[in-house]
Amino acid sequence: MSNQRPSGSGHWIAQRVSAVALIPLGLWFIWSLSTRADLSRPAWLAFIAAPWHAALIVAFLLVALMHSYLGVQVVIEDYVHTRVRERALHGLSTALHFIAALAGAWAVIRIVQGGAP
Amino acid sequence: MNERPLSPFLTYRFLYTMVLSFAHRITGLCLTIAALLLTYGLLALAGDEGSFERARFFFRHWTLQVVMLGLTIAFFFHLSNGIRHLFWDLGHGFEKIQARRSAVFVIIATLLLTGLSLWLAVRSAGGS
Repeated sequence: MSNQRPSGSGHWIAQRVSAVALIPLGLWFIWSLSTRADLSRPAWLAFIAAPWHAALIVAFLLVALMHSYLGVQVVIEDYVHTRVRERALHGLSTALHFIAALAGAWAVIRIVQGGAP
Repeated sequence: MNERPLSPFLTYRFLYTMVLSFAHRITGLCLTIAALLLTYGLLALAGDEGSFERARFFFRHWTLQVVMLGLTIAFFFHLSNGIRHLFWDLGHGFEKIQARRSAVFVIIATLLLTGLSLWLAVRSAGGS
């Protein structure tokens, strides 16, 4: 149906590799969030600005968005069978994931550099 | 009576294992929204005090608290069921009994982990 996936096995492998990476990253993230329900702004800034935390949060967000992008693509291919609509939705998903990845990474870099006090 | 074959979709008995399969997709799509919420939170934190307060108001609103509880359930379900899928990919657990047992395990794990993180969140929020 679609020629948007040049390599089916590549997609399959990427989905599994990102899934495995998300097990520890996701658990770390939800643990971090659950144990910090009431942090102030300075405390959140200090938490994310710590080098390890910054690296982990960026890794989590990027791998999660990659995994999400691949998953959404499969769902679109399974349920949307008009070429134009499939293209449009796929384009929309690509843009959304790409913008979120850029924005999230930029935000963390800004926090690490200690932007606004 | 002659045994004529049924259409494939009629030959499957309705099972909770099917519900789990579909729920994997639904929760996955919900988690896409969760990733976007995380991006919003990071952007708000990278901004000034005003953007942080707006985000705090947004996330603390009761509707968002309910949504986030739902997303936590979705997260732990997708995680546990995803591990189940990874075992299948390695060729384990295909027997009907194993698939049903692991389905029950996924549901129990989801409930326990959601309860645990909810408890941690309430505790860190000062029991409020």
